[in-house]
Amino acid sequence: MSATAEITREPLKKKDLAADHPTWCPGCGDFSVLALYFKLIQNRGIHQEKIATVAGIGCSSRFPYFVQSHGVHFIHGRALPFATGVAMSRPDLDLFVFGGDGDAFSIGGNHFTHCSRKNINLTYVVMDNSVYGLTKKQTSPTSPIGFKSKTDMWGAVDQPINPIKQAIFAGATFVARTTHTNPKHLLSMMEAAMDHNGFGFIECLSECTEFYNGAFDASNPRKGGEFLEVPEDHDPTNETEAYDLAGQPFPGHFGIFYQVDRPSKQDREKTINAKFLEKTRDLEPHQILQQNFDKMK
Amino acid sequence: MSDSSATEEVVSDSPKVSKVTEAVIRIAGNSQDGIQSIGGFLAQLAGRSEQEVMTFMTIPATISGGPSIFQVRIGSGEVLTSGDDADVLMPFYQHSYENHIGFLKEGGIVLYDSSHVEPDPELLKKYRHIGCPISELTVEAIGGTAKDKGKNIFALGLVARMFDLDAAKLEGLVAERFKGKASSITTTALTAFHAGYGYPLTTLEEIYAFEEPKARDTEQVVCNGNDALGYGILAAGVRFGAGYPITPWSDIMELLRRELPKYDGIFVQCEDEIAAVSMAIGAGWGGRVAVTGSSGPGISLKGEAIGWAVMAEIPLIVIDVQRGGPSTGMPTNVEQSDLNIAVFGGHGDSPRVVIAPSSVEDCFYTAIEAVNLAREYSTPVIILSDQAIATRIEAFAMPKLQELCQDISPDLTPREDHKPYDLSAPDGITHHAPPGTYIKSGKYPIATGLEHDEMGHPSGSPKMHQDMSAKRRSKLQALSRKLPLPEVFGPEEGNVLLIGWGSTQGSLREATEQARKAGDSISCITMRHIHPMPEGLENIFDGFNHVFVVENNDEGLYGYGQLCGLMRAKFANPKIVGINKTDGLTWRVKDVLARVQTKLEELKG
Repeated sequence: MSATAEITREPLKKKDLAADHPTWCPGCGDFSVLALYFKLIQNRGIHQEKIATVAGIGCSSRFPYFVQSHGVHFIHGRALPFATGVAMSRPDLDLFVFGGDGDAFSIGGNHFTHCSRKNINLTYVVMDNSVYGLTKKQTSPTSPIGFKSKTDMWGAVDQPINPIKQAIFAGATFVARTTHTNPKHLLSMMEAAMDHNGFGFIECLSECTEFYNGAFDASNPRKGGEFLEVPEDHDPTNETEAYDLAGQPFPGHFGIFYQVDRPSKQDREKTINAKFLEKTRDLEPHQILQQNFDKMK
Repeated sequence: MSDSSATEEVVSDSPKVSKVTEAVIRIAGNSQDGIQSIGGFLAQLAGRSEQEVMTFMTIPATISGGPSIFQVRIGSGEVLTSGDDADVLMPFYQHSYENHIGFLKEGGIVLYDSSHVEPDPELLKKYRHIGCPISELTVEAIGGTAKDKGKNIFALGLVARMFDLDAAKLEGLVAERFKGKASSITTTALTAFHAGYGYPLTTLEEIYAFEEPKARDTEQVVCNGNDALGYGILAAGVRFGAGYPITPWSDIMELLRRELPKYDGIFVQCEDEIAAVSMAIGAGWGGRVAVTGSSGPGISLKGEAIGWAVMAEIPLIVIDVQRGGPSTGMPTNVEQSDLNIAVFGGHGDSPRVVIAPSSVEDCFYTAIEAVNLAREYSTPVIILSDQAIATRIEAFAMPKLQELCQDISPDLTPREDHKPYDLSAPDGITHHAPPGTYIKSGKYPIATGLEHDEMGHPSGSPKMHQDMSAKRRSKLQALSRKLPLPEVFGPEEGNVLLIGWGSTQGSLREATEQARKAGDSISCITMRHIHPMPEGLENIFDGFNHVFVVENNDEGLYGYGQLCGLMRAKFANPKIVGINKTDGLTWRVKDVLARVQTKLEELKG
């Protein structure tokens, strides 16, 4: 896997990283996430071929088409298990998963829970617009009660999911919240998630100007709202405190709610394998297999 | 029992020793009695003695308890099935006696546990009854509990005596089984074995000894189909797997979880079936084809993701150990009713490869073949095993592991340029560049479930969908031209050709042999390549008046089983007719023959 050692490289420019022109509507919050993803790659000097951009289905999940990297547009809700397969078998890659609130918390809810507890080493950015945009305005799992959509014409009635609480409860080890209207903050959260060993989860408020205009104005100072960072004295290793902070009414806080050190699944499996490899390292695969067949004689 | 002509001299004070070429022994009890291990020991001994062996078992789907049987057929010649009827029945309980006496050959021996079984006086003439207080004597020998633990090993001793089996070898196997456990456990087991072996079978006038089998060039191994499939996956070079527990697939995932770390691989137990298939596809996209698998309902759940792998042309192995369906169905019974979902189970046109191993040995080689086809044609390959092959034990020649084991590490050689879905590629066969591959042009590929252009970017062009659909189809058509035709068992011309697939191979071959001995003109073939089928099958059909497809599935609304329906659709040949059953059991040879006769009479009108 060291065949790329002799390649002479120039620093990547934005035009090297941009692929198809995004199909998002003008004003969509997802543009910021894409722009800052390019910035993150440039800042960190990641080799282009090592980037793996994975997404499920939804407006935001079109993301991989807009990036010049090895990319995957998988099925609805299953980007995380797909990415887990990549993460476990190719730890040499820089793996980023993007998606929306429907993909993450509705159809993919089970995977979000289990990826959190398994602590898979990857970065997951959920662009939360609190509405189904690709299918043109149905209620999403994060739509607030009362939100009028094509499937809740009288206003949404189901209790919305709180992604931050959900992640903490499921055992995630890095849980952060940001918004597309604060690029500096968004980039710093992406960098922190990438540096975290384990599952780095970011909920990024990303406005759908077409179907839920003004949804997050209360968090945007330019629209008369207030951008409140997580208090300086907040202890991100305190699970209960983090959970309480996540329960604040909208617009709530932004920053790292929860972060703890726990071995990733890759770390744990590596430890298991190391024990076996002590005995098998010097053997060819057929010699290892022969031991099993000898027992069946 | 097939007696051979040679009968040895009667030794005074000892029972007569008759030479036999084969014997079918059925042990019937409850699931917690450990009767599977008696059968397992006998099968392993047969394998070490260069004999042929095949087993059959039923296990209840309940957690603990419920009737359970193990049937083992040991032979000095070729053994194709586990046998229709038993020579010896060993019932542990009254219900075992009553339910299984009908499976004993007339004149066969009932060796029953007289602690629990009261023989039927009317049957005393029909079968030779030998009572032995197995439960009491086991407790007497080793002490122990009301649960009669260890009586399976006592019973093994009895069988060993009756068939003059190599007691030393059996002791060795028992000791091996308990290796690593406290030495008292081994001692107790061996005590039980000796007690059984030393029991005076006074009413037994003769004991039996197997004919010396033909010497073999290679060593034999003994295992079940799930083990063979799991080890085949390892030999093929697969190093990542993901799954969710479900019977009878779970054995394979347990094996892979246990073994993969030795190769620095990993198996992930997932939250659900969809996650499992998605993870395996993710690892496959990472550059090394990966495995997932399931049974019954789990296969239904994986459908959407398999369709993605067809669309994105990512290699994948899906093992389907079929059981009775639909829905939860019959979890511990055999059925061949997943052929349609394997071949057609997805929305849209989604051609994929489907292969069915036809024996335990074939499970090992099919796994390797499947991995190579998935890689060569960049496609999902479904391995259709079934509960009967998965759980039965067979002896087969030790595979040449050094030749067979392969390295399928990803190729990350830098490239000038890469077109992942190049429409001009011969036969439409393309390969994706795994992540980590440096591409000098700076144009990186996307793997997607949307219809796409040659770079993998979305395309709504009508022509593109037409061309890409043809590309995904034509690569499997190219494969069908390369596949070998199935070997005809029996003459290549005759009255009836039987077609089977999967676990029915042995029954069809034995039925063919018996029918030919009786003067009937029957041959048979086994379809290993279900989809695509090899080109040129029609040439085989031309040699016969009738083609009967024998399957463990329902005849369906239109009168054809699942493979039969596929063949009718492909060949539009009215002489292709189905013979089906859905009782959850393997085909018995005599049932095959009877149904063939009935079908021939029906067709005569």
